[in-house]
Amino acid sequence: MNWSYIQKVLPLYEKAALLTVRIGLLGILFAVLVGLLCSAVRQLKIPVLRSVVSAYIELSRNTPLLIQLFFIYYGLPKIGIRTSAEACGIAGLAFLGGSYMAEAFRSGLEAVGKIQHESAVSLGLTGLQAFRYVILPQAFAISIPGIMANVIFLLKETSVFSAISLMDLMFTAKDQIGLYYNTTECLALLVAFYLVILLPVSLLGSLLERRARHAEFGG
Amino acid sequence: MAEPVLTIEHLTKEYDGQTVLKDVSLQVHEGEVIVIVGPSGSGKSTLLRCINALEDIQGGEIRLRGQKITAGAKNLPQIRQKIGMVFQSYELFPHLTVMNNILLAPMKAQKRAKEEVQAEAMALLTRVGLADKADSLPRQLSGGQKQRVAIVRALCMHPEILLFDEVTAALDPEMVREVLEVILQLAENKRTMLIVTHEMPFARAVADRIILLDDGRIQDDTDPEEFFESPKTELAKRFLQSFEYTRTRKSDD
Ligand SMILES: Nc1ncnc2c1ncn2[C@@H]1O[C@H](COP(=O)(O)OP(=O)(O)OP(=O)(O)O)[C@@H](O)[C@H]1O
Ligand SMILES: [Mg+2]
Repeated sequence: MNWSYIQKVLPLYEKAALLTVRIGLLGILFAVLVGLLCSAVRQLKIPVLRSVVSAYIELSRNTPLLIQLFFIYYGLPKIGIRTSAEACGIAGLAFLGGSYMAEAFRSGLEAVGKIQHESAVSLGLTGLQAFRYVILPQAFAISIPGIMANVIFLLKETSVFSAISLMDLMFTAKDQIGLYYNTTECLALLVAFYLVILLPVSLLGSLLERRARHAEFGG
Repeated sequence: MAEPVLTIEHLTKEYDGQTVLKDVSLQVHEGEVIVIVGPSGSGKSTLLRCINALEDIQGGEIRLRGQKITAGAKNLPQIRQKIGMVFQSYELFPHLTVMNNILLAPMKAQKRAKEEVQAEAMALLTRVGLADKADSLPRQLSGGQKQRVAIVRALCMHPEILLFDEVTAALDPEMVREVLEVILQLAENKRTMLIVTHEMPFARAVADRIILLDDGRIQDDTDPEEFFESPKTELAKRFLQSFEYTRTRKSDD
């Protein structure tokens, strides 16, 4: 292991890691929003939009992120929309992640039995109140493992961003290997940085899971 | 006679073409305890579920103190506040403490002040012997304890009528009594109740009237003395015999 080399390129990797995290988190945030929107459309059974959502989910889940990215990166300019590579990365992640998040939310909602809803409305709560105070907190707690698995999956998927010349961790590692051939150091750094990013996310996930099982409702 | 609390007139209920309640009419007066018995599949649960509009109905009318109960109507949540329902499977909210389970509907649906409801909840919990469980989560309670909490939760809404659907059917035998005793106490306090149960001795003790439901129809409507001592209808006799039979078989083993 060439330690002086590692020390020299560390700042490069740090910058790349920040880019990965920034795009990753923004992409995931939008993925959650897309997922929530899809869940709402499905839950409320809105006619036409429902089919749009189903089509989107099939498309998004059954095509590789790389292809989705190419479509956004090379396709958007063709219809006159110019954006940065970074924005394309975020959009790609949101497009891919939205469907995964929607599925995670759905499995949570489905796991809360219909009779819990009946129990809530029998007490005189409105449908909305029953959803807000009884169904949603339980569904959310059940969804957390799925959501966190998606977060990790999406963060890992960011490694294909190098294909649209985003200087993320993968790009940097490949670039360095190409320049100096010190494969061992570069791959070790790559693994180390991904771990540094992903381990805290995993831990946060278990923590959230434990906390969400026991909810309160605002006075 | 005063206006009934609950009026059911010519109720018909179908599930995809199959009629499970046929021309059911029933009046429940203030302070009256009516026990509904009948073989499995006769429509007992369906009848209770129609009363608080968990099922839509295909014919007839249900009124609570003159107010028509319609599935999907705007005033439904308001009417349901006055109908307390206790399920066989308790259906406490697993993510909320016992106290919050009880507080939720009075605070959110009735907009009552927390302190006031809390004091009432505490008093009721004490009455059913669960004062020390206020901060427990449902999963930390036994079945019998959960069911007593569910009853307190319903009571805290000050309902006009309570509906019980086989509330001890899911319980271990040794917990049945603690729940039934709470219901007996409610009967003594002149609560209006509609109770579905398979516990015949309890039915006899608690009921002012016994209704026998069979194949979606009310086949018998009489006082418990008569129902158990000298059943008039053939169906009632056979229904009661079905319990005798079970008992004989058991003592043979
Ligand atoms: N959701 C449903 N869809 C279709 N049919 C149903 C549904 N719920 C009940 N039924 C049917 O309606 C009839 C009455 O059922 P119900 O549950 O009211 O009987 P019950 O008297 O409560 O029986 P048990 O003593 O077993 O609880 C049965 O034939 C049942 O199969
Ligand atoms: Mg039943």
